Amino acid sequence: MSLTIQNLSATIGETEILKGLSLEIPKGEVHALMGKNGSGKSTLAKVMAGHPAYTVTGGDIQLDGESLLEIEPDMRSRMGLFLAFQYPMEIPGVTIANFLRAAVQVRLAEGEELEAVAYYKNLYSKMDALKIDRAFTARSVNEGFSGGEKKRCEILQMAMLEPSYAVLDETDSGLDIDALKIVSDGVNALRGPERGFLVITHYQRLLDYIVPDVVHVMVDGRIVMSGDKDLALKLEAEGYDWVEKETAAAA
Amino acid sequence: MKTESQPEIGIDRSVGDFRYDVNYEFDAGIGLSEKTIEYISNVKDDPDWVRRFRLDAYRKFLDMPMPTHWASDDLENIVFDNIRYYLSQGTEAKRSWDDVPEEMKLTFERLGIPEQERKFLAGVEAQFDSEAAYSNIKAAVGEQGVIFVGSAEGLKTHPELFRKWFGKVIPTGDNKFSALNSAVFSGGSFIYVPPGVKVTHPLQAYFRINAENFGQFERTLIIADEGSEVMYMEGCTAPKFETATLHSAVVELVALKGAKIQYVTVQNWSANVFNLVTKRGLAHEEAEIKWIDCNIGSRLTMKYPGVIMKGRKARGEVISIALASDGQHQDTGAKMVHAADETTSNIVSKSISVGTGRSTYRGLVHMPKHLKGCKNNTECDALLINSHSRTDTYPAISVRGQGNACQHEASVSQISEEQIFYMQQRGISKAAAMSLSVNGFVNDLVQQFPMEYSVELKRLIELEMEGSVG
Repeated sequence: MSLTIQNLSATIGETEILKGLSLEIPKGEVHALMGKNGSGKSTLAKVMAGHPAYTVTGGDIQLDGESLLEIEPDMRSRMGLFLAFQYPMEIPGVTIANFLRAAVQVRLAEGEELEAVAYYKNLYSKMDALKIDRAFTARSVNEGFSGGEKKRCEILQMAMLEPSYAVLDETDSGLDIDALKIVSDGVNALRGPERGFLVITHYQRLLDYIVPDVVHVMVDGRIVMSGDKDLALKLEAEGYDWVEKETAAAA
Repeated sequence: MKTESQPEIGIDRSVGDFRYDVNYEFDAGIGLSEKTIEYISNVKDDPDWVRRFRLDAYRKFLDMPMPTHWASDDLENIVFDNIRYYLSQGTEAKRSWDDVPEEMKLTFERLGIPEQERKFLAGVEAQFDSEAAYSNIKAAVGEQGVIFVGSAEGLKTHPELFRKWFGKVIPTGDNKFSALNSAVFSGGSFIYVPPGVKVTHPLQAYFRINAENFGQFERTLIIADEGSEVMYMEGCTAPKFETATLHSAVVELVALKGAKIQYVTVQNWSANVFNLVTKRGLAHEEAEIKWIDCNIGSRLTMKYPGVIMKGRKARGEVISIALASDGQHQDTGAKMVHAADETTSNIVSKSISVGTGRSTYRGLVHMPKHLKGCKNNTECDALLINSHSRTDTYPAISVRGQGNACQHEASVSQISEEQIFYMQQRGISKAAAMSLSVNGFVNDLVQQFPMEYSVELKRLIELEMEGSVG
């Protein structure tokens, strides 16, 4: 069981961003994806989730053996794929409680109704764990939230929806050290044999808290190097230039 | 009879899109002339002053041009000679549903009216084409002296009260359509609430168009005597026809000293209806008139509920929601005329344009120079669903004099592809994401509707959005 990306190419408009990228995330593992700005990390996350602005021009994305390419974004989500957004959208007038309720409801079998008391109990316990004030249930999704509150809210949604595979797109950006710890604890609590993670980040710092099984380096739309968590430390210490040189030499 | 259904969601797309064949006992025929008006007057056994009122209005109607110099050219597509102006099975409303003719009773049962009446209403009037088929008020409310009858019955049984206020808030020649209504009016409610009486549950009227090529011209007059309170709710539906249907009502409210009137409309006309309605209230000293107006459906709606604040410290409010779907034009707004010191008014308007739908806000706020301490607040927000949707705002604000204040805020926003994608990524379908966003946009206003209506309203918005995404 894995989330598998095979030789994936994708464009936005005329520009090719992903150029034959391959990656496999087995259930139970945490993979980190690192790379410079503009290497295509966020594009990969959006293409996996089915963002309509991108066109897949080659390759495949499979969730437990099933291709996602022809599947609508909402169905991909219901199949178990979650994306924590780098820039979560504001939805004025729609409260967190109602939004999540709608998202949980669509996962129930047809004819089954959400049990409100159990739902709120679950929601509150997860909010408490992420140190999100319970009053936030009545606030509009992400509206007027600080950067840290938005990111915690993303993790809350992940905790409520219990995906089989979660992609975290620069969840650490804009977080102070306390918030980073809370968010990491939230992610770690969800780690387990039934779930795979792809953690996209610029910085090694996050990986001190969410320790990855595998680290991948992305350059110009491809994965050029993979290793264990020490690879992240080396990138932190020495930057990306040596990766690019080594890759160029190998080519 | 025809019903459109949407199998994916298992509910009728248009709740009101069905009709029954009815044999009308009284039919004024097709087209409009003095003879048509005479026919209506004879059927209704109008007193002489009403006959003169109608004919005078008819002449005004003929003299007045279509207001296409400022309003939609689509008005030119109304062919007055093709419309039927009066259809009924008699002028007397029944007091019991058992006495209502079968096909009318079935209609209102399908629309859920008798059930709502049992559950939460103080009184109901159900109008079928030109006349009320049913009209009743709960005994306890009637015993307080509250009068709630059809306009024809009000004219017969309370002639002095009726004549004192009828046509006083909205003059016949206010506009071409108020003149037309004044010429051929039939149906609508007459309500009187005695001094100090607070009607705790809403009174409701339901306006149903069943016939094709038909014009419905109800006339409603509500008088709240000193210190009294009343809430009136109206719902409207019609089946979908190929030909144009005309609905042109006149609604006059009179709130005497310290009285409060709330008038709630949830309109769900089918897409062939021209809905051209004049609504205005007169608020005396310390009185309060609030219009809560929700416009969904119709081909073209033109409606600008107004309040004339005639007495010191009177208050006027218009809360308005308009949803213009593909091919529809919601031209709505508010008129606030400050005519005494320390009067305050509030306008909150939210419109949603979907596809080729167009929404227009027109607002008039008038505060003359000699007044002191008047305030108006106006907020109008528009939401566009697609890039080819359209919204326009035409505020007309004349505020003079010192110590008068007016505040106007307007915004236009669009549901972005990113927002929809974000919601879809949580498993919510595109259509459900749209309707969540739209419901979110109007959420603060919907909460001002009575509970039963806010649920209905949310459902109507969901149905509209389901249909618009396809």
